Amino acid sequence: MAETDKDSTKSEELDEGIEVGVRRLTPERIQTVINSVLGAETGARFKAYIQTCIHCGLCSDACHFYLSNDKDPRFSPVGKVKQTIWPMIQAKGRVDAAFIRRAAQIAHTECNLCKRCVQYCPFGIDIAYMMSMVRRIIHKLGVTPLYLQDTAHSHAATMNQMWVKGDEWIDTLQWQEDEAREEIPELRIPLEKEGADIMYSVIAPEPKFQAQLIYQAAVIMHTAGVNWTMPASMGWDNSDMAMFSGDNEIMGRVKRAHFETAARLKVKKIVMGECGHAFRSVYDMGNRWLGWAMPPIPIVHAIEFYHDLLKSGRIRIARKYDKPVTLHDPCNVVRGGGLHEMARYVVSQICEQLVEMHPNREHNYCCAAGGGVINCGPPYKNKRMAGNRVKAEQLFDAKSRGAETLIAPCHNCHSGLHDIVHHYEIGLDIKFFGDIIYECMEKPENP
Amino acid sequence: MHALYQFVAGPLAWAAFIVFLGGLLYRLIRLLILVRNREPFISSYMSWRYGLRSIVHWLTPFGTVRWRTMPVLTVVTFVFHLFLLITPIFLLSHIVLWDEAWGLTWWALPDVLADIMCAIVIACCVFFAVRRSTQPEVRFVTDSSDYLILLLTAAPFLTGFVAYHQWTEGAWMTILHMFSGELMLALLPFTRLGHMLLGWLTRAYMGSEFGGVRHARDW
Amino acid sequence: MVSNQSWDWDIGHKEIDISDWSQRFEWVEELYASPDGESVAAIVHVDEAFNVCINGTLWSEAPADKIWHLRFTPDNRPYALISDGGQWTVAISGETWSEGYDYAWNPMASADGTHLAVAVQQAGRYAMAVDGKAWESDFSDIGYFALSPSGRSTAAAVQVRSVDSGQVHAFQEGTFSVAVDGKSWDPMFVNVWHVAFSPDERHVAAEVRLNLYDYTIAVDGQLWPQVYSTVWAPCFHPTSGAVVAPVRNKGEWVMAQDGRTIWPQPFVQLWRQQFNADGSRLAAIVAPKYGRWTVAVDGAPWPLTFGTMVTDLTFSPDGQRVAALAKEGAKWHVVVDGRAWQHAFEMAWRPVFSPDGNAVAAKVEIDGRYTVAVNDRLWSTACDMVWEPCFSSDDTRLLIRSLDKGIYRRSVISVNKIAE
Repeated sequence: MAETDKDSTKSEELDEGIEVGVRRLTPERIQTVINSVLGAETGARFKAYIQTCIHCGLCSDACHFYLSNDKDPRFSPVGKVKQTIWPMIQAKGRVDAAFIRRAAQIAHTECNLCKRCVQYCPFGIDIAYMMSMVRRIIHKLGVTPLYLQDTAHSHAATMNQMWVKGDEWIDTLQWQEDEAREEIPELRIPLEKEGADIMYSVIAPEPKFQAQLIYQAAVIMHTAGVNWTMPASMGWDNSDMAMFSGDNEIMGRVKRAHFETAARLKVKKIVMGECGHAFRSVYDMGNRWLGWAMPPIPIVHAIEFYHDLLKSGRIRIARKYDKPVTLHDPCNVVRGGGLHEMARYVVSQICEQLVEMHPNREHNYCCAAGGGVINCGPPYKNKRMAGNRVKAEQLFDAKSRGAETLIAPCHNCHSGLHDIVHHYEIGLDIKFFGDIIYECMEKPENP
Repeated sequence: MHALYQFVAGPLAWAAFIVFLGGLLYRLIRLLILVRNREPFISSYMSWRYGLRSIVHWLTPFGTVRWRTMPVLTVVTFVFHLFLLITPIFLLSHIVLWDEAWGLTWWALPDVLADIMCAIVIACCVFFAVRRSTQPEVRFVTDSSDYLILLLTAAPFLTGFVAYHQWTEGAWMTILHMFSGELMLALLPFTRLGHMLLGWLTRAYMGSEFGGVRHARDW
Repeated sequence: MVSNQSWDWDIGHKEIDISDWSQRFEWVEELYASPDGESVAAIVHVDEAFNVCINGTLWSEAPADKIWHLRFTPDNRPYALISDGGQWTVAISGETWSEGYDYAWNPMASADGTHLAVAVQQAGRYAMAVDGKAWESDFSDIGYFALSPSGRSTAAAVQVRSVDSGQVHAFQEGTFSVAVDGKSWDPMFVNVWHVAFSPDERHVAAEVRLNLYDYTIAVDGQLWPQVYSTVWAPCFHPTSGAVVAPVRNKGEWVMAQDGRTIWPQPFVQLWRQQFNADGSRLAAIVAPKYGRWTVAVDGAPWPLTFGTMVTDLTFSPDGQRVAALAKEGAKWHVVVDGRAWQHAFEMAWRPVFSPDGNAVAAKVEIDGRYTVAVNDRLWSTACDMVWEPCFSSDDTRLLIRSLDKGIYRRSVISVNKIAE
């Protein structure tokens, strides 16, 4: 344990985003920013949470960081509030730069904003929201971890999270269309098709590194006979790391581009790939910042989309996936969107056998990658691994009961669990639903 | 001593109840104004159905995952809050005071039962204090104010118990009992004991968000 | 603007049978109709190559490796992006530009259709090209393209100084600017968005971000005196040269002109402002309350609000009337001067005013079929597809382009036939 602590402390020193930011801080700036954020940007919720919390510690057992770090109270949800917000309030913003450095590490790398603690607090105190406010302060102070800040910059400049340029996006779609035509000659990825039923949106890692996911989605859309389109303009990326870096203004701008692109294309729904945080950004956070109580154009997560396609028989499974699978419930679509039973329906239709993890559904453990944590990059990987031993134990347990494949219908979960599976040498194959559906579905005959 | 008794039982009691009720009202109104001015979006999501659904689950012993995972604390928590509320309201000697002052009476607990319940409340407070000082995750977030509000809550029961059993001479323990009860009432709206009011609102809000938007259980 | 007076406005139909296209070609992509309705075209795939079929005739003897983004210019010429031998260019009426690029995208036609601009990438550097002539300078990245009203000038947000990903502090010093016809402004900004030309094409405005927290509007590289917590896209007054933009401070949006607040009433949201033709009125899409949307004209919101969204704000040509689309739940409504039509639609397209402003028409979708509505009355025919309707310059006739059962039909009908 001590070794991990030392490692992570050592590596955190390498975070140029935090270190350069901390060097530029002055006591006056810290105080002004804290007081302006806590004073002008919070309201009844924040006040009620602070005044209602009776410091009972019941949230602790909800947190995978706490459980995985041998119940070290510094990792408990309320413990994180104690190390960040309480002193800021008590000292009326007069905290030092070292405090801010630690607050940045806590809020950005020791909390996934997964909201499991909300379900453990008798009063429903939303500590994820409190940590978001800390991140807002960290953003305003310019101390955001480097990798996450860079991603926020990418969002601001390109409206996508991976600096994908205008031509690269379209070129990638056309390339995937060409590839897919080798398999299904008349397949199309219809670009800019105004009046289609569905706009399909993805996150930037798909065109950047995982273009085969777009290929698979195109095959599924084509086979199901969906009237769909993808935009050839900015606004195609549904992800939003600015939401996690506390840069609400950029979060809103990115979400506006997404919704207005769908509105311009006159689609009835936005179907999104298997991503959790993007769902949170379009379904919950970004739309609210813009003044939309609910998404103005309905957001259909891939789980729900596949559920509907399977249930209506628009895609049929030729041969069920025969290896036993276990299913990870991504926080943002399960605790944040209630898609857990639909996910199980999809599993039941495409796989022979499901080995459940426990706890599951909306009481799942987070992957420790979400909430922008994995996006803080390599300096924090050790901490992330140490901070999710409980997930590794869950996965071991599922494996010991026969599971060979882990389905993770969320990009961040996918990457985070990939790290955990390797770090703890669990030996599970990780797949998206789309991988299995593509593999097992009936496809049009290649003439 | 008699004059002091009269003061504590009369004007001070009035003051305590006024501060208690007025304070709660003030806190509620302040909060609602803050919602309207700063976070009007909250009202878009508030739902009686989902808010109450969440509250009912959390008000049911073992009705939530959290309550089920720590049976001892759950029992202590429910018993403590229930007895904390019931004992003073249905205590015969309290009802006598209401009768004398307002002519109001209602069913009273048998004295022996009330005595046991009072002792249980005190024992629960001791349990909480021990838990606070020994459980690392609670201790980490505990400061002196947490013990003070625990003491504030325990004091009326402790003094009442001692006064009832007449372990001390004269009326001063009764006066102390009344005073501590009044102090608790008067301070309640202005300390974290205010969770008595705000807890319902935060729970209802989270229940509404989970029910109406997130389609997931928050219990 | 293109005058439609020369178009055929005789009442009646013209038909083009496209039912055999699906047999003639391996596949037929989306159909596009010319503004005058005389042509219907689609990208088609034949013999493992791409071509464009217009009124049944193929565009070119030599098919291309790839064709996409087929559209018509306002003066009825079809154009598309085309790739052959790995080079991309633009083809208009079957004629390709002589210049090719590593990539070309986002074509924009001028209002009169005489000029076409695209974004181009050549050896990893970015620029714009008009009618085949690329800017003389190029940049590390490009976005938010603007074509001047006449089509003679182009502008875009460009990244002048290249920074590697991960160099956050270098990035925060400012790497973006605005390039007009390839010449970039001197000042650089953290970000630049939504570049707009003035009607006289002599000025360019854009949203700029000065550091991570301060946003303002820049006009020809000069900043407004105020900074804001964020801003939305600016637009120019049609005659005075003034610039207006929604600006946000303390969590509320107000309208500002040249840095001064002109609509004092704050909104939860405020965007897509536009002037009427003479600049006497300014309208915008607003959320007066959280989760409620409508249109505000000169700062005063319509009393009628909608819960889902409002889009497609449109002034009548005389500038006296305002129409928009509003969504409540899953249904779309056409709203004119604050009053919603009785009919609700599964989808609706931007409302079109008659030149005198008395009639409003829109392409709408009902039960999965398309038709045209005028002043809240539906055309009697529902089709597999219709295109957006167009009024004659004397307000009396309506051009409807439609497709049903494999027949493309150009119909000119009396407006009264629907509207009364």
